[in-house]
Amino acid sequence: MGYLLALHVIIAAIALTSCGRTPGTQVTVAGSTSVQPFAEVLAEKFCESRPGVSVVVQGGGSTAGIQAVREGAAQIGTVSRALHEEEQDLRSVTIARDGIAVIVHPSNTLDSLATEQVRDIFSGRISDFSRIGGPRGRVWPVTREEGSGTRGAFQELVMGKTTITPKALVQSSNGSMRELVATDPWAIGFISLGLVDGSVKALHIDGAEPSRANVKNGTYKLCRPFLFVLKSEPHGAAKEFIDFVLSDEGQRLLEEEGLVEAESRPH
Amino acid sequence: MRARGSWRRRDLSKQSPGLTERPALGGSLTAVGRKGLQEWGTEKILFLFALSAITGLALIAFFILHEGLPIIISKGLQGFVLSTDWAPSAGRFGILAMIAGSVAVTGGALAVAVPLGLGSAIALTEFCPRGPARLLKALIELLAGIPSVVYGFIGLVVLVPLIRNVLGGPGLSVLAASVVLGVMILPNIVSISMDAVLAVPQSYREGSIALGATNWQTVHRVVLRAARSGIVAAIILGMGRAVGETMAVLMVAGNSVLVPHSITDPVRTLTSNIALEMGYAAGEHRQALFATGIVLFVFIMILNAVAAWASRRRT
Amino acid sequence: MFSAKTEQAIAKSLLWLCTGLTIMALVFIVGFVLVHGLPGLNLSFLTEQPRRMGKEGGVFPFVVATLHMTGLAILIAAPLGVGTAIYLTEYTRESKLTVVIRSGADCLAGVPSIIFGLFGFVFFVIRLKLGWSMLSGGLTLALMVLPTIIRTSEEAIRAVPRAYRDVAFGLGSTRWQMVTRVILPSALPGILTGVILSIGRSVSETAAVMLTAGSSLKAPLSPLDPGRNLAYHFYILATEGISKSNAYRTAAVLILAILLINFSAYWLMRRFVARRS
Repeated sequence: MGYLLALHVIIAAIALTSCGRTPGTQVTVAGSTSVQPFAEVLAEKFCESRPGVSVVVQGGGSTAGIQAVREGAAQIGTVSRALHEEEQDLRSVTIARDGIAVIVHPSNTLDSLATEQVRDIFSGRISDFSRIGGPRGRVWPVTREEGSGTRGAFQELVMGKTTITPKALVQSSNGSMRELVATDPWAIGFISLGLVDGSVKALHIDGAEPSRANVKNGTYKLCRPFLFVLKSEPHGAAKEFIDFVLSDEGQRLLEEEGLVEAESRPH
Repeated sequence: MRARGSWRRRDLSKQSPGLTERPALGGSLTAVGRKGLQEWGTEKILFLFALSAITGLALIAFFILHEGLPIIISKGLQGFVLSTDWAPSAGRFGILAMIAGSVAVTGGALAVAVPLGLGSAIALTEFCPRGPARLLKALIELLAGIPSVVYGFIGLVVLVPLIRNVLGGPGLSVLAASVVLGVMILPNIVSISMDAVLAVPQSYREGSIALGATNWQTVHRVVLRAARSGIVAAIILGMGRAVGETMAVLMVAGNSVLVPHSITDPVRTLTSNIALEMGYAAGEHRQALFATGIVLFVFIMILNAVAAWASRRRT
Repeated sequence: MFSAKTEQAIAKSLLWLCTGLTIMALVFIVGFVLVHGLPGLNLSFLTEQPRRMGKEGGVFPFVVATLHMTGLAILIAAPLGVGTAIYLTEYTRESKLTVVIRSGADCLAGVPSIIFGLFGFVFFVIRLKLGWSMLSGGLTLALMVLPTIIRTSEEAIRAVPRAYRDVAFGLGSTRWQMVTRVILPSALPGILTGVILSIGRSVSETAAVMLTAGSSLKAPLSPLDPGRNLAYHFYILATEGISKSNAYRTAAVLILAILLINFSAYWLMRRFVARRS
């Protein structure tokens, strides 16, 4: 019994002394799940050349990211939509631009839609594929959960004042949305353009092909910014990371992953 | 620690095997000397430990209420619980569709699990020799610990496409969630029902057989009736587990905010609602999710209380 | 209608059908995962770092996170739970207080995991400023498994024969000495069973962990580091279609771990019961 107690005390001592972040500087990046995979890739590359620094990337959502930064839980917040009015007090840096692709199953005969048609599908007004030139069959719009940055951007860019029908299926991330559309021939959804792969088909919107080039030159209109959000002037490891992300190497990395470079650089 | 006058006097040695003979150390007045002080101290520390479960429960209840009650008060309980309009970005928080979803999915799960589970329990206790029965029970219980996300995954890759191809609809549906949940609570129902049936005194069975009944007649007219309260408790506990399940349902139910009209309709439960939007929610939205938690919490507590009452009743 | 004999025959076949379906369903689940996940599962899967968000590579950091979180949970819940059991059996007699304590534990057992997650998030992560961390996750898990440990420990302690206690007192031991030198060693297998079952529960838990421990891809070395446990990683792999093969492998690891854990608990319980009789 005595040594059990001693064991407890030893373990507790170890735990307490190692309390505090792992040695070295740590930068916490939290927020949008859309930005997360890209931030992970950047973090991996960044930490390769700087052994003392570790960058930890969390999800939680664009809004959660903003809150984390406000409360100090994270140094950098990631957001996949434009900041709202009440969030303007935070510093933001655009690290990339991302298109939103409207996707369907590869076997779907549809190739192109107008923005109004997409709106009508997602609001529930159009419920059969035959009304938009496809085969007869019930359309199943798939959306993201409320509060998702991607959904927020989609709402702004496509839906405007119309609400998305509550009948829409809801998935909790870009990946799960893509997975669903890839397996259901009657589904239609929207994901980050950078995440489109062979498992789904991205539709032309208003005649414009969903490609990075078209997002860059503005012909593909569904586009939203990826932001790094900070409470105040970045310094130390955080500033180094941001500089890396905005450098040629960082931007090239993002482009390779499917994003479009940010237009502006920070001050 | 003193036996309260109003509490029925019980045979101490049966109740607390430790409290025999040894002079009462419950009163600090009798603690003398170093050993006595140590004993007193140990007792107090253990008392504090014993309060941990209650404290935990109280903290949980307090915080959930603290975060969620304000919005119930400001929007009104009726508007919250009786409206199907869930549009957090517009400030509308009606959770009726989710309540309907939870009810539909739980009902479906019970429809799957009770016949199969009860049937298995009866087969294994009444019509199966002891050895194989014990083995099978152990096997079923062994499988009770499988993570819910694995159940959800199999539902996703096997069940959902099946439902979509055979019955139509998106496949993500009440039916998918019910089957997955049903299989999940199956081990619980089998296990507890078996215990309830095994607890029926053998004399009941012998008496019935002596009167000329067949085994089956004995089972469904005598044994089941005698084990009724235990079986009801098993069902209610299974119900509680089904209502509280989150991950598996999140993966296969579709998560639309609508009151389901058919079993192939997608649906969202109270638990999925919380899990889905919690990461993103702020302000009123977050409060509404905690309020959903309150509704869930209250419902589960009621179920637990009913189960405890049902299992204590003597038929 | 039917004769009693036919009725029995029909009933028996239906009942056995139920049993067959039940067993088939459960075996199918285990079998399906193992068939898809075992091939290609090797030791390096457990020791490698994940690459490309889990598409390639192994699950080492998630194994570490799982062990870390579970270890913390047991470290906190075991003393509290066993202490509660000791107090209820050895240090008081039945009273309203003990009823309250037991009902509290039973109620706690019924709380859904997502509520624990909500509480953990609002209390440990935010209020106590622990952030998304192993500690937040571990404390939340500790609350979840506390009732199980209390219940099994109490049963195990009660099963220790009175005679042991009488002998100890007769030899002049204090109550605490009796507890630690006589009762606990004797009740140990039963108590361990509860602990092992709690380990199983912590390993499979996703909802509560999701909201309290974060989802980092790095192995958490300090209790304040965030981490992703194996079950949560599996959930992410599975729903986001990152890698079907890795998802199956992760699931296989999970299932094998759970089967091992439950089997040890069961075996331990058998030994404990055998010792008694």
